Amino acid sequence: MLLIKCPFCRERSEIEFVYGGPVGPDRPDPTICTDDEWLDYLLMVPNPTGPVEERWWHAKGCGDWFTIWRSTVTHEVVDRPGDE
Amino acid sequence: MQNYSIFSLLRNGVTGHKNWSEAWRSPPLRDKYEVIIIGAGGHGLATAYYLAKEHGITDVAVLERGWLGGGNVARNTVTIRSNYLRDQSIPFYVKSVELYEGLTKELNFNMMHSKRTMIDVVLNYPKMRELRRRQLTMDIYGSTYEQISTEEVRRRIPALTGGRPGSRLPVIGGMIHTDAGVNRHDAVAWGYARAADARGVEMHQQTPVLSLVRGTDGRIEGVETASGTVRAKKVIVAVSGHTTTLTETVGLKLPLRTMNLTAFVSEPVKPLVDVVVNCPDLGFYFSQSDKGEMVIGGAPDSGQSFRRDIKQHVFEDTVSAMLELFPSFKKLKLLRQWGGHLDITHDASPIMDETDIGGLFVSAGWWGGYKAIPAGGLTMAHHVATGRPHPLTKDFTVKRFRHLDFIMETGTTTAR
Repeated sequence: MLLIKCPFCRERSEIEFVYGGPVGPDRPDPTICTDDEWLDYLLMVPNPTGPVEERWWHAKGCGDWFTIWRSTVTHEVVDRPGDE
Repeated sequence: MQNYSIFSLLRNGVTGHKNWSEAWRSPPLRDKYEVIIIGAGGHGLATAYYLAKEHGITDVAVLERGWLGGGNVARNTVTIRSNYLRDQSIPFYVKSVELYEGLTKELNFNMMHSKRTMIDVVLNYPKMRELRRRQLTMDIYGSTYEQISTEEVRRRIPALTGGRPGSRLPVIGGMIHTDAGVNRHDAVAWGYARAADARGVEMHQQTPVLSLVRGTDGRIEGVETASGTVRAKKVIVAVSGHTTTLTETVGLKLPLRTMNLTAFVSEPVKPLVDVVVNCPDLGFYFSQSDKGEMVIGGAPDSGQSFRRDIKQHVFEDTVSAMLELFPSFKKLKLLRQWGGHLDITHDASPIMDETDIGGLFVSAGWWGGYKAIPAGGLTMAHHVATGRPHPLTKDFTVKRFRHLDFIMETGTTTAR
């Protein structure tokens, strides 16, 4: 069972949360971006063996949406890569 | 290849089983092949076999990081079925079920194939409507699917004592898929490996591929392994969850993400359920193995995962859902649990194609790929040998994402 740190409620059990999907690239402006950039935005998800950024919803708690970094190998919630 | 039969069994029985020949060779790794297949799992081995058998291409090396048949081909729940939704998918799975049924004879290896029917136990009307819609499409392609009443569901599955009228989610009926069955996963891996080896294909276990190698012309040139570089003009990636890990070593991005799926088995009990039971509304399915164990599969983890174990709360959710319909299972002890990581595409259909890197083929995005092994191997071998996609997989391209031409199969597997 994961302990996920909600920014408002602090660390709570994973069963209170709903997974909200991976964080992909930022939405480009569709009026000026190329087709490839748009497809990247729609379809491509980083799939590393390591930390990945994802959205979670504290559905059975305060209802906040937030992002965390979680390792796909250990499942541990980790710091944003690059942060010390 | 030593022929397996009742006579060879008797002969070797009386001589103390000392004279069986090895099922496949273990030759030294050469530095050049015509085709390299990464991953000695179901799809990799089947591709190797059909390359040799259908197209006479035998200068093939299958490279495996661990041991042969130790990946997802050993980590699934052996359900073979063809109740899919789309015109592009159903004929492919119908072909695969047909090939599975003839596989024991084809490979001279007992698959212990048991065509035992699958019953979907349905608990709500939207799901029933969705399954009846599937039936209409499946009728066109000769796959069997038929609605049955609640009474008939209970008659065929006596252990289903939960879900009575008045319960939170009463059973409202079922769908019956008589083409479905189960078989023995080790036999599939070993049978294909042995038959491919007999035609000259080499299997190399304990040979991890570290990265792919591109030539100066941009085409694929080979692979970098822990035992050195091996060159080949054609490389097939059939590694399930680690597809992107490999393709990204040559800068190829694919719309895949890797997730973990749950399975576990109970202690063996006397024959109780003689069909595959699937409950799409609650997210679990099971069948009883020949040994008597209940082989139970659950829903995927939320979020990406490269792990091969399962999460406690996913396991608990699956068990509690199952006990709603099968309260007598409360007394079962659970023996083993495991997970497998598999990659899923945006539309939950596979990618069976040559990529933008010439000579690099991927067989990926299999969610429930066990049932697809024979047809997956047959069609991938066709594509590699002829340079043109097989008619059954011509739509499972990488390009379809570029044109937003999705083959949506979300919901026809445990993927949501």
